Amino acid sequence: MSTTTPSRRGGGQAGAAPTGPLPPSAAGERAPRRRVPRTWFPHLILLPALLVELLVHVVPVLVGVFTSLLQLDQFSLRDWSAAPFVGFGNYAVVIDLSSPVGADLLRSFGTTALYSALVVGLCWVIGLAAAVALHPPFPGRGLLRTLFLVPFALPAFASVITWNFMLQRDTGLVNSLVVDVLGLTGERPFWLVGENSFASLVVVSVWRTWPFAFLTLTAGMQSIPAELYEAANVDGAGPWWRLRMVTLPMLRPVNAVLVLVLFLWSFNDFTTPFTLFGQAAPAEAEVISLHVYNSSFQTWNFGLGSAMSVLLVLFLLAVSLAYTGFLRWRRDE
Amino acid sequence: MRSPLWTRWARGGVLVVLTLFVCAPLYVMAVSSVAPLRDVQGPFTWLPSALTLEPFSQMWKTVPLGRYFLNSAVVALAATACSLVLAVLAAYAISRYRFRGRSGFLTTVLSTQMFPGILFLLPLFLIYVTVDRTLGTELFATRTGLVVTYLTFALPFSVWLLVGYFDSIPRELDEAALVDGTGPLGALFRVVLPTALPGVAAVAIYGFMTAWGEVLFASVLTDDRTRTLAVGLRGYATQSNVYWNQVMAASLVVSVPVVLGFLLLQRALVQGLTAGAVKS
Repeated sequence: MSTTTPSRRGGGQAGAAPTGPLPPSAAGERAPRRRVPRTWFPHLILLPALLVELLVHVVPVLVGVFTSLLQLDQFSLRDWSAAPFVGFGNYAVVIDLSSPVGADLLRSFGTTALYSALVVGLCWVIGLAAAVALHPPFPGRGLLRTLFLVPFALPAFASVITWNFMLQRDTGLVNSLVVDVLGLTGERPFWLVGENSFASLVVVSVWRTWPFAFLTLTAGMQSIPAELYEAANVDGAGPWWRLRMVTLPMLRPVNAVLVLVLFLWSFNDFTTPFTLFGQAAPAEAEVISLHVYNSSFQTWNFGLGSAMSVLLVLFLLAVSLAYTGFLRWRRDE
Repeated sequence: MRSPLWTRWARGGVLVVLTLFVCAPLYVMAVSSVAPLRDVQGPFTWLPSALTLEPFSQMWKTVPLGRYFLNSAVVALAATACSLVLAVLAAYAISRYRFRGRSGFLTTVLSTQMFPGILFLLPLFLIYVTVDRTLGTELFATRTGLVVTYLTFALPFSVWLLVGYFDSIPRELDEAALVDGTGPLGALFRVVLPTALPGVAAVAIYGFMTAWGEVLFASVLTDDRTRTLAVGLRGYATQSNVYWNQVMAASLVVSVPVVLGFLLLQRALVQGLTAGAVKS
């Protein structure tokens, strides 16, 4: 969810007990010490969470890195730990742009980058517009706020399948609107195959995700002191200037986190394209998660698939680190 | 503060357009779910030619929706319950104790959130299959395996939200309980937890939503017996004749509980969802 490390880390250290050289076993006698004595209790109650995290997240990542070094296909899958070790062979195939595998990965990567940029940008703009429009109180504001949250609350598979119905060429609402009501084109366009499919994917994804931007920006705007707006009013600033001189600068820290979260979500998004297109996504809309999924589970070439996911994670890590580094640099400027 | 006319128009315009955008799929879902089959097989009709509740009864027969429903309910409820217990314990440790590895744990757990699901999926598939074969357990293609997987998905956010909640509860409360002779667990369950109830409820609905709507892992880690709604709903589309009115009826039915839960706990959830972004 949030990719920030909690700000409360570090603080509160002063409350720690003067533990000193006391051995952990000494905690058994429940000393009347005020602060928590040295005890294994916190570790003990943390353990279950730690174990499942290890099983479902940490170990799989390690196994994933390991399998990316194996020639793991439908023949060796049965006894996968004995699959031939090929070192960085899979990586060489995956990044060889002259091979079909590498070329497909690069195309899919480009699609995902564009998709992600559009989704982040549109969600932010729409979310900001809604947050600003709903800032001053008026009757019905609470109702609209709740309504705007519904797309975010709906199970993705249910809302995306509804979009699939709406985007059907012959029976969908979109073509009924575009062709029959507005008469924009004579020919009924296809929305789920061919070049339009990318635009469809972006629209559906924005529909699902923008409420989160709206939520976050609304919360951010509520923490802006009203005096700032009053001061701007005294200076004779119009609504446009209030937005530019007060709202946007004050939202900067919120934006920093919001953009990163939206970026990671959209870049890793699998549910939307998978539910919208099914397994056979049109090439124009085959984003990277779907691409890795398909190349793993249709051809059963797990070695290549793992290599692709490892590269994907390295890319995301690099972007996140560069981004947070940039933010820090800008703050220190 | 009075705003000039153009801003009021602009605001109205933004709100109208967004309302239409948000409502279009909701409208389609609602209207098509009560429309007869002939309506959804021809060009889109804005109003159904007749009202019928048949899709709501037929949808259970076209695909084994009842089974999917049961699988989803069992998996989501079990995953929610487990992740709730684990999250409460972990959050209590992090909120009330200072120990080595505390921030390391939080950072690690939160950073797994940025990884793509696909990274875990392939190895997890291999691990489950291998563990089943060597230890004779049943993790792959069972509800158990899915529960174990899902309970970790909500865990990081749940821990994060609960730590915030627990931190806002004065320590004097549990210290008083400790002095009274209850152990730390007693202090947690009798004093801290009741006070943090809104946060616990928010975490529960979040965990339920996560498990209920998950598609990627469900598509690989289930088979015909254990398929959940998230994957099963696609079954209507693979029929030679797509019963769109039934699909919409089913979508409506699977959405209502989650949306209601979300909206009921909106305040607590929204607080948690946005806290991370606003705080830092």
